[in-house]
Amino acid sequence: MAACRAVRAVLVKCGKSSWTSVPRPPQTDRQLLSRQICVSSAAWRKNLAAAGPEKFSEEYIKKQVEEFNIGKRHLANIMGEDPETFTQEDIDRSIAYLFPSGLFEKRARPVMKHPDLLFPKQTAVQWGEDGRPFHYMFYTGKQAYYSLMHDTFGKVLALEKYQDSMRNKGLFTKDTRQMSLTGSRWLLKEELEELLVENISDHDYTRFLQLMERLLSMPYCAMEEEFVQRFRRQLEVQSSKQEIPAVQHDENGVAFSQAEGRRKTAKASIKLRDCGTGSITINGKSYLLYFPVLQDREQLMFPLHFVDMLGRFNVEASVEGGGHCAQAGALRLAVSRALLSFVSAGEMESMRQAGLLTPDPRVKERKKPGQAGARKKFTWKKR
Amino acid sequence: MNLPRLYHRLRLTARSLHSSANGQQVEKVAVAVDPDVPSQVSVFRTSENDPTCHTELHAGQYYTLPPAHMRTLFPHGLPPRFQMQMKTFNEACVMVRQPALELITCLRKADYSEPALRYVLYGEKGCGKTLSLCHVLHFCSTQGWLVLHIPDAHLWVKNCRELLPSSSRPGRFDQPIQALNWLKNFKTTNEHFLSKIKTTQRYVWTKRESTEEGRPLGELVDQGVSRVKSSSDVVGALLRELRLQAGGAAEGAFRLAVAVDGVNALWGKTTLKKEDKSEVLPEELTLIHNLRKMLRNDWCGGAILTTLSQTGSLFKPRSAYLPMELLGEEGFDNMDPFVPIPVSNYSDKEFESCYLYYLDRNWLQHPHSRTEDGKKELIFLSSRNPSILERLCAFL
Repeated sequence: MAACRAVRAVLVKCGKSSWTSVPRPPQTDRQLLSRQICVSSAAWRKNLAAAGPEKFSEEYIKKQVEEFNIGKRHLANIMGEDPETFTQEDIDRSIAYLFPSGLFEKRARPVMKHPDLLFPKQTAVQWGEDGRPFHYMFYTGKQAYYSLMHDTFGKVLALEKYQDSMRNKGLFTKDTRQMSLTGSRWLLKEELEELLVENISDHDYTRFLQLMERLLSMPYCAMEEEFVQRFRRQLEVQSSKQEIPAVQHDENGVAFSQAEGRRKTAKASIKLRDCGTGSITINGKSYLLYFPVLQDREQLMFPLHFVDMLGRFNVEASVEGGGHCAQAGALRLAVSRALLSFVSAGEMESMRQAGLLTPDPRVKERKKPGQAGARKKFTWKKR
Repeated sequence: MNLPRLYHRLRLTARSLHSSANGQQVEKVAVAVDPDVPSQVSVFRTSENDPTCHTELHAGQYYTLPPAHMRTLFPHGLPPRFQMQMKTFNEACVMVRQPALELITCLRKADYSEPALRYVLYGEKGCGKTLSLCHVLHFCSTQGWLVLHIPDAHLWVKNCRELLPSSSRPGRFDQPIQALNWLKNFKTTNEHFLSKIKTTQRYVWTKRESTEEGRPLGELVDQGVSRVKSSSDVVGALLRELRLQAGGAAEGAFRLAVAVDGVNALWGKTTLKKEDKSEVLPEELTLIHNLRKMLRNDWCGGAILTTLSQTGSLFKPRSAYLPMELLGEEGFDNMDPFVPIPVSNYSDKEFESCYLYYLDRNWLQHPHSRTEDGKKELIFLSSRNPSILERLCAFL
């Protein structure tokens, strides 16, 4: 019984279907039956639209969490794995195995996640039994935001007071410990909304940032460091995520590395040998024969020229698919990736900034029905 | 920039010593006189303008074709891009390269009482086959040979406006315009031979016109130039006469150099059509037929120098450059046996010399192209192919 319910719960969460079929207590049924007023479907539909996004009660969410945990254990048993060490990746893998889906849109496929990730965060009920709100700023409408601004300004005033007291004592110095703000950024508007569980306008967000900047501009702001750090996120160092292909050695002791690259529909895979001649062979032909257009050869030259290793390497490449420009772009990406294993970290960073290591995301846009092409429309006739 | 001054000094010293010594000593003395010449300064020009004296030492260097020779020798022979370059630089400089030197040595050592040897220059597109052929022809003409140069055999198998059925033989086709042009150029090239050689047979052109036996060749050529309709037959007669009389033991003996550029046209397909829209085969064209007879090695006293060319060829893929691919079965059997001479892209030294030549002529205007980096880029982008390098530098 519980297993069925768990699996049913899994099925329910597909695409977040709004199926809040909680079995109601029988009394309400009888009351509704005795007071049945015939409501036309048109009025019924209008009502639903005005309700806004669905609200889930706290007990409901708690129940969903229990069901999720039980379902996780059952799923682990089904897959024959240890329920204690069953991670989210294992869950995703198992669901993809048990419910294979051919849908293209990833978000439409069956998913089993913790309810906190699936259900939007909602504020608990803000007022008590007597209808009086708990928070003193409830009637501003955006209580979390205004309370945050109020607290921050309170801190500003406290800092000024502290400053004055230091000045009175004669211990005022400008060179206090400063906070290190490099490598981090302010919260984005979406992130702030998520934190406060409230909607904010752009204007509000700007005012918030201005207030934080004001706080930071004062001396002694290091006293409020942890408060400020709550609203800052670390910037990730991009190049640390780059995968460097390993350098291998073939029979003669020559170092070589392999890499692949893609652009539009073209796929290229190359072997870069540290020989000494600057010859390049593509699909068995010389690159002069394969790319008669100068532009393609320039694309091929770009990564080698950037690191000043033009005559040093031999390239054996095989490429298929796409047109000549796409193939040249795929080869360029593959050569840049293969060069990473022969190049220092600083040069890798500069290559990344030059755009040599970024795969080009542009692909052919889909043709839409009712239009001649992706963007081109049919001839517009006035009448 | 010391380069122009040093080069000038070298030239002057070379010239002053040239009159006494031969090429070898000149180069050695020139180098000895300037001991402070840095090793990077490579001599890319030679003052030796006579191809007879070109040796291995001159490999990779440019020599100037004297303008007087050029007008007589090459009224039609040089490739169009080279002609444009000549006009821009105001001089005709050709690089002395290994294949041409090889061919010249072969020609020097050949025995001319044997049947004529066939040489085929082959190589990838844009390697310098036509210019090597021109170099060798310059050598032949300075040696006093009679030069029979067909600049591009492909021009005879395509784009012909007028195709007349032959007057002398049924089933053959004449190309009067092409034959006329070629006769005019032949006349310019070999002026002095025309009065010396005599016909051996009577040729009847029409009911009223004929050329008697023993008349000078010049008259034959004039006949072809004036009467356009029989110009193709005149070409055939001319070729026959030359074949018979080349290398004879008489005091008017001359050596004949038959040079055909794009010889694979003779055995390929044509794009010409008869009136009933059927294709014309190469054998059915008078000019081609006579030329094929010329290329047979049944005559003595000369040499046959040919080049394969994919550029003007019909129905051949761009990557084809070997004799087997371009000549086809039939052509290969006809040309067999021949001496193949491969022509390849520039070597390091030759590339250096070409680069210095362009620098000297102020052709590379972009400041980056004068640096080492720019040179490496040029090497990469052109892959040391002469024609691609030339086109690349054209807009730098």
